[in-house]
Amino acid sequence: MTLQGAGVRCARLTVLAGLAMLQACATVANPDPRDPLESFNRGVFGFNDAVDRAVVKPVATAYRDITPQWIRTGVGNFFGNLTDVWSVFNNAIQLRGQDTGDSMGRVMINTTIGLGGLIDVASDLNIERHTSDFGLTLGRWGVGPGPYIVLPLLGPYTLREVVALPLDQQGNLVNQIPDEGTRTGLTVLNVVDLRAQYLRAGEVVEGAALDKYSFTRDSYLQRQRNRVYDGNPPEEDTDFGTDTK
Amino acid sequence: MDVLEYKALMKRQFLRTLGWTLLMAVGLSGAAMAEDEAPDVMIKRLSVDVLDTIKADKALRSGDMTKLVALVDERIMPSVNFQRMTASAVGPAWRQATPEQQKRLQDEFKILLVRTYAGALAQVSTQTVAMKPLRASPDDKEVLVRTEIRGVGDPIQLDYRLEKTPGLGTGWRIYNLNVLGVWLVETYKSQFAQEINAKGLDGLIVSLSDRNKANSKKG
Repeated sequence: MTLQGAGVRCARLTVLAGLAMLQACATVANPDPRDPLESFNRGVFGFNDAVDRAVVKPVATAYRDITPQWIRTGVGNFFGNLTDVWSVFNNAIQLRGQDTGDSMGRVMINTTIGLGGLIDVASDLNIERHTSDFGLTLGRWGVGPGPYIVLPLLGPYTLREVVALPLDQQGNLVNQIPDEGTRTGLTVLNVVDLRAQYLRAGEVVEGAALDKYSFTRDSYLQRQRNRVYDGNPPEEDTDFGTDTK
Repeated sequence: MDVLEYKALMKRQFLRTLGWTLLMAVGLSGAAMAEDEAPDVMIKRLSVDVLDTIKADKALRSGDMTKLVALVDERIMPSVNFQRMTASAVGPAWRQATPEQQKRLQDEFKILLVRTYAGALAQVSTQTVAMKPLRASPDDKEVLVRTEIRGVGDPIQLDYRLEKTPGLGTGWRIYNLNVLGVWLVETYKSQFAQEINAKGLDGLIVSLSDRNKANSKKG
């Protein structure tokens, strides 16, 4: 319940930040049909970016500098194994035999021989990971992505992923732990570990982008589409926006 | 004894000469065949070459940007149609640009992308490249070559679009690149359109060159 309270407060803060941004740029010069909420999204994006700079990134950097590589690998493997559990379910309801079998095999091997998921034995055995969540399942069932939405603290989403979010949260085994302290601790560790993995990639994006917001959005939407179509998306008319003068 | 030793020496000399001749023959035929290199073979050769060079060089492995940029410039860029890449990222406005503007756009965009690519290469440690089957017919003018970078963690999808350029280089040039499902040119399209709509082509050139200046300050 306290988490929900914090969420509401964050949302309020974000709305304020969003309003401030709205005043700064009330109209979007070159609207993208996939992003009708751009003004609002930019506000939230700015807020998330500020939180990242002030808290998440420094903590992740310290974590990377303090802990030895083998610990970080173990932590990453542990959470990866939990992700595989949720992938088993989603691959199964998508009726993907091979992917379901692989994911199940990964979980069984890594949980036992891999000491509760700390060692990724399955990858060494060349059993491929097929990450899947309910948002992806909806996409493969034919549900369209809907508008792009940046959520406070959580980052880029499409409406479809937002709709799937409650179920995906349930599917994350960390959220099934009854003890609140352990649950929060593990969630924080997961976030810090993920951010630490993307520190260098983040720097590359930082250097590559003219406008970090558009860069992130366009990459995210392409990436999601690519996942739904299994790495083979049909050609789309990518000229939108460029010829509206 | 002396005669035997002499014979052994001659034999070694002969073998060595034979070896060199064979090597040169292989090298020459390799050069002759380069004209007809298949697109996936070319990508494989470039990838293996770059990955192996990085693994073998301590300065490159530790992320020496100047050396990494030089590596990309020397090994990859000759096989890239950079004008086409810039033109499609800029979109319809490209045709309205003066030759001078086109040149500046191309130069600045090139600096930005080479540096970005070099930054990504700085993270190479034990990775290897795996080729996915090529689905193309011999008379295709444009093909999609799909690869996967395998190393620590999940494999990274890395695809290339190539165009046939008969009589130019190895016969194929890259004009778009896809990392994890994200096409490079498409990712720049709306950013460029935004700048052009707000500040015109010259505004875009200024933004690009500002970005590059900021990047080079970071070292």
